[in-house]
Amino acid sequence: MSTKGKAYIVGAYEHPTRKAPDKSLAQLHAEVAKGAIEDAGLSKDDIDGYFCAAGDTPGLGGNSFADYMGLRLKHIDTTDTGGSSYLLHVGHAAQAIAAGKCNIALVTLAGRPRSEGVQTGTNPRLGNTNQPDLQFEFPYGPATANMYAMCAMRHMHQYGTTAEQLAWVKVAASHHAQYNPHAMLPKVVTVEDVVNSPMVADPLHRLDCCVISDGGGALIITKPEIAKSLKRPLVKVIGTGEAVKHQMGGQDLDLTFSAGRWSGKRAFEEAGVKHKDIKYASIYDSFTITVVMQLEDLGFCEVGQGGKFVSDGNLISGVGKLPFNTDGGGLCNNHPGNRGGMTKVIEAVRQLRGEAHPKVQVPNCDIALAHGTGGSLGTRHVGATVIMERE
Amino acid sequence: MAGEERIYPVVPPTPGSEPYWEGANAGKLMLSHCKSCNKSFYYPRGACPMCLSTDVEWREAKGTGTIYTYSVMRPAKPVYVIAYVTLDEGPSMMTNIVDCDPAAVKIGQKVKVVFKPREDGTKIACFTPA
Repeated sequence: MSTKGKAYIVGAYEHPTRKAPDKSLAQLHAEVAKGAIEDAGLSKDDIDGYFCAAGDTPGLGGNSFADYMGLRLKHIDTTDTGGSSYLLHVGHAAQAIAAGKCNIALVTLAGRPRSEGVQTGTNPRLGNTNQPDLQFEFPYGPATANMYAMCAMRHMHQYGTTAEQLAWVKVAASHHAQYNPHAMLPKVVTVEDVVNSPMVADPLHRLDCCVISDGGGALIITKPEIAKSLKRPLVKVIGTGEAVKHQMGGQDLDLTFSAGRWSGKRAFEEAGVKHKDIKYASIYDSFTITVVMQLEDLGFCEVGQGGKFVSDGNLISGVGKLPFNTDGGGLCNNHPGNRGGMTKVIEAVRQLRGEAHPKVQVPNCDIALAHGTGGSLGTRHVGATVIMERE
Repeated sequence: MAGEERIYPVVPPTPGSEPYWEGANAGKLMLSHCKSCNKSFYYPRGACPMCLSTDVEWREAKGTGTIYTYSVMRPAKPVYVIAYVTLDEGPSMMTNIVDCDPAAVKIGQKVKVVFKPREDGTKIACFTPA
C-alpha cells in the first residue's frame, strides 16, 4: 500500500540553542515538542502517536519521555537508525496514520553532545559489547571522521574526486549559513579556506566536517482531514523510502555509495516525480563527502560525478541548479545530538512553506526532498528519503 | 616511522568468538567459513551472512591482502592508519596499517598480517606493507 498523500507535516520546530549546559535532555525534547505543537496550532492532548529514536530518549525507548511530557498515546515507535531516524519516522508516521493507528503524530529529537564534551568525530566511543561487530572493529580506532574519510579516499581513487570539489559543499553551506542568525559558523568560506584547514583524517580537513552542537527539533504529522482544518500551509508527504547497507561479511565492501541508492529509488517511485521536479534538497552533511555520495546515490548526477556536480556553487540557492541545506546544514548551522535527519526535514518544510530566509528561499518551491543516512557510511548504515509537496 | 606504538584496547569476546582471539594470540588470522555456501567471511560469526547457515567453521587465512582504502587519523596520539584490507581469500576487514610511514600508504598496496600487543599482552591482527 502506498502512503502517498496520506499524511501532511503540519508542525515543525527547531530549537534555537546550540549549547545547552543548563537544560536536561528531556527538557530539550519537551521544548521542541511544545514548539512544533504550537506551530501546528494544536495542543498537547491532540497528540496520539509518538515517534522518537531510542538512542536520544533513554528509558526503554520512549517510555520515560512520553511520561516526562505527559503524552497519552495510541501508537509509539522508537525506531533508532542514528541520524536518519527522524526521516524514517516521517515514513513510519505516514504508515501509522494511513492505517488508522493514530491521527496526530509527534516526532522529537534532542541532544547535548557539546555540553557533555563528546568528541564526536575524533574519539572512538565504545558501545555495548554485545554489538557483534564491536570486538572486531573498535580496537582499530574507528571514529566518525576516519570512517567517512575512508569513503572519501576510495571515492577519490575510483572516480578522481578532488579535495577542492568536496570543499564546494562546505562553501555552499556557508553561503546559506550567513543568513541564519542561529548558525554556529555563519562566516562565508572559500575552497581555499577548506583545503587549507587542518587535516583531521586524510583526505578530510577540519572544514569538511560538521559541527558538534546541542539542540533538537520536532515535527507534527497528521492525516489530510486534520491538516486541511489547520491554518498552516499544506506540506504533503508523497514519497518515502528506507534501506540498509552493510558489508555482507566483508564480501560486498563498497564504500563509494550509500543506502540512498535504494531508499531514494523507492521514494521517487512512490512520489511519481522526477529529479528535475525537485526544487530544493536537504542532504545530510555530516561531512562534505556524505553529500557528494548521496547526490550520486539519489540520482541527481551520474555515479562518480558528484564532485563535478557540487562544484562552482551548484548547491547555492539562487546560483546553482540544486539549492541544498539553506539553513547552513550540519556543516555550518547545527547537528543536534549528532543526528542530522530532523533538521533536514525542518528546512525542507520551511522551503515548501515559503518560510526560509528570503535570501535563500527557493522561488516556487513546490516539491522538496530530504535525505539522510544514520550509522556510518564507513561500516553500516540506514538511509531514508522523504519527498514532500506543497499543496 | 615506528615511533610510539598504539596500544590496542581489549574488547571482551562474545560466546563463540574465542577461537578468533586465541588464534590471533598464536599468530594466526582466523576467518569464518560457511560449509554450506563455501565462502569465507569477516567479521567472524556463527551464522553465515550470505545464507544464514550455522554450519560454520574456522579457517586460518594466509594473512595477505590488498589495501582497499585507508585514512590517517591526525589528531590521535600516536597518529594511526585505519584501513580496510581485502584478504586474498575474498572478504575485507577493518584493520590498522602499522610499522610504516603513514604518508607512504596507498590504495592497492599489498600487505601482510602482523600481530600487535593489546593492553593485556594478548595480540591483535594488523597489517604492514608486504
